[in-house]
Amino acid sequence: MTETVTSVQPDILGRQAGSHLRITGLRRQFGNVVALDGLDLEAGPGELVSLLGPSGCGKTTALRIVAGLEPSDAGAVEVDGTDIARTPAHKRDMGMVFQSYSLFPNLTALDNIAFGLRLRGQGKRARHDRAGDLLDLVGLGTHARQYPHQLSGGQQQRVALARALAIEPRVLLLDEPLSALDAVVRMQLRDEIRALQTRLGITTLFVTHDQDEALSMSDRVAVLNAGRLEQCAEPAEIYARPATRFVASFVGTMNRLSGVLTPENRVRVADTVLSVLPGGDHPLDGQVTVLLRPERIRVVPEASGPATVLRVSFHGAVSRVHIELEDGTGVAVDLASEQGVGLGTGQRVRLDLGTEPVMVAHPE
Amino acid sequence: MTGGTIVRRVFLVVMGLFFLLPIAASVEFSLRGTDNTHTVSVWTGLVHQAGFADNLITSLELAGGTVVIILVLMVPTMAWVHLRLPRLRRVLESICVMPMVIPAVVLANGVLVAFSGLPQWINGTPVILALEYVILALPFTFRSLDAGMSAIPLRTMVDAAHSLGAGWLRTLLTVIVPNLRTAILSAAILSAAMVLGEFTIANLLLLNTFPVWTVQAGQQDPEVAMAASMLILIVTWILLMIMSLLGRQRRPRAPRPARRTR
Repeated sequence: MTETVTSVQPDILGRQAGSHLRITGLRRQFGNVVALDGLDLEAGPGELVSLLGPSGCGKTTALRIVAGLEPSDAGAVEVDGTDIARTPAHKRDMGMVFQSYSLFPNLTALDNIAFGLRLRGQGKRARHDRAGDLLDLVGLGTHARQYPHQLSGGQQQRVALARALAIEPRVLLLDEPLSALDAVVRMQLRDEIRALQTRLGITTLFVTHDQDEALSMSDRVAVLNAGRLEQCAEPAEIYARPATRFVASFVGTMNRLSGVLTPENRVRVADTVLSVLPGGDHPLDGQVTVLLRPERIRVVPEASGPATVLRVSFHGAVSRVHIELEDGTGVAVDLASEQGVGLGTGQRVRLDLGTEPVMVAHPE
Repeated sequence: MTGGTIVRRVFLVVMGLFFLLPIAASVEFSLRGTDNTHTVSVWTGLVHQAGFADNLITSLELAGGTVVIILVLMVPTMAWVHLRLPRLRRVLESICVMPMVIPAVVLANGVLVAFSGLPQWINGTPVILALEYVILALPFTFRSLDAGMSAIPLRTMVDAAHSLGAGWLRTLLTVIVPNLRTAILSAAILSAAMVLGEFTIANLLLLNTFPVWTVQAGQQDPEVAMAASMLILIVTWILLMIMSLLGRQRRPRAPRPARRTR
């Protein structure tokens, strides 16, 4: 695929200045299954907020309720201060891109994009001009007369994005639009979607179960679990300071080591004493669990070291070293691959935990 | 040529002869003249036979009316069931295939009783027959539409249409119907073919249709009856060929929808 999103012409933008979206107390139940249990969320004008969570956490249900495609049992959805709970889906002006390919098979790429404009009473020439501009915008200007089955998966999702943007939506809703694409196209398209969204300044809710997507594309990430919001913060904050045990385990890899809190609010872990990050829910002294990301630990080869290398897995620029401590605890360490060259299975090592403050949690 | 291929070809020839010989014999019979000669006079004179045109038009009108009624009834109903009430799909299927196992005489009397309160312009005319045929066509229509709706990502397309600003009627007419073109045509042609050949119920209700006329004409002139029967057979065959060709021309469809997450 060689298409790329082109620079945005001002006249294409229409009124895509972002709206303010507020979700409060959203609840939805399917039989005995609670899909959403009082979800509160806000997306400011022009902001891209990702809903991240495992399958069944309620993220798609939340998006469909915002789109009006699913009713809620309780709660409110407000756009620019107006409650749209009673507004039917076709009057909400929400542009949506779906997980599966959703283009109308009987229409060309151009007519798919013009579909929403036709419903708004635009003349044939005007809507085709605008649809053509949007096709150029998503890098598919030469594919106007092609039918969906003649387009690749990535191209179909680009057309779907253009179709959603054509109606100048108040909020753009993206329901795992990249999940059906192969890795290379997915990486390319996610950068392009983000670039386009930033240029257009359109408020966007992006549902994904892929933490890389969420962390790399979003202004803020809302982590959902079992229908509840666990944490909503900027990607760096989510990664560095997960608010709950679930967020810590779901976003990235987190090592959990046993430690002992000292009265000076420091923690002793593996013969190292470190200061403790403020906040968090943990006991004031005694046994705690110390949370450490794999990339902040260094591995020092040492013949009498207290840990053993189990295996080294190569991931391109980074290698992950799996290590076992004397008490049987497993630790994952990420190293630049050139640093991991000398390490091998069975090698004795010592862990250098650095000097930065660490997060602690209740003991496990 | 392998043994399996030979067996298949022999089987094909035998079955072909089984179906084609009676048809060929019927055509030959309709072409018989006097003194062991053959003539097309019966076929050319068919249109001048008393009742031929009237009854043929009645049957064609019945076919058209049946198709319109059943599609208007079934397309929205099935779309709704597929989208909103998927658990009722099996119930609907059971109801729709029921006419296949109900004897024609029961069906005819059942419809007469059910619609006895309707005005005379329905009860005493071929209109009541169209209502009978709608019931008879339910199995074909259900099967065709169900297969068509299962083969496209219906829910995603409908959701997309709604999000772009289309209400239910607009979605039905501009998204669902165009993408079910082949399924709708199959249902229509199968239903029309059934109506054009249906004799029992029309005869039980004492209404004149083309098949009824064919039988009546055959009592006076068997060659005419045979020619008329062959004509209906050819028309039906042409309809089925059209359906088959339309099916082959169908464009590749969008991929099946991915599993929905919640």
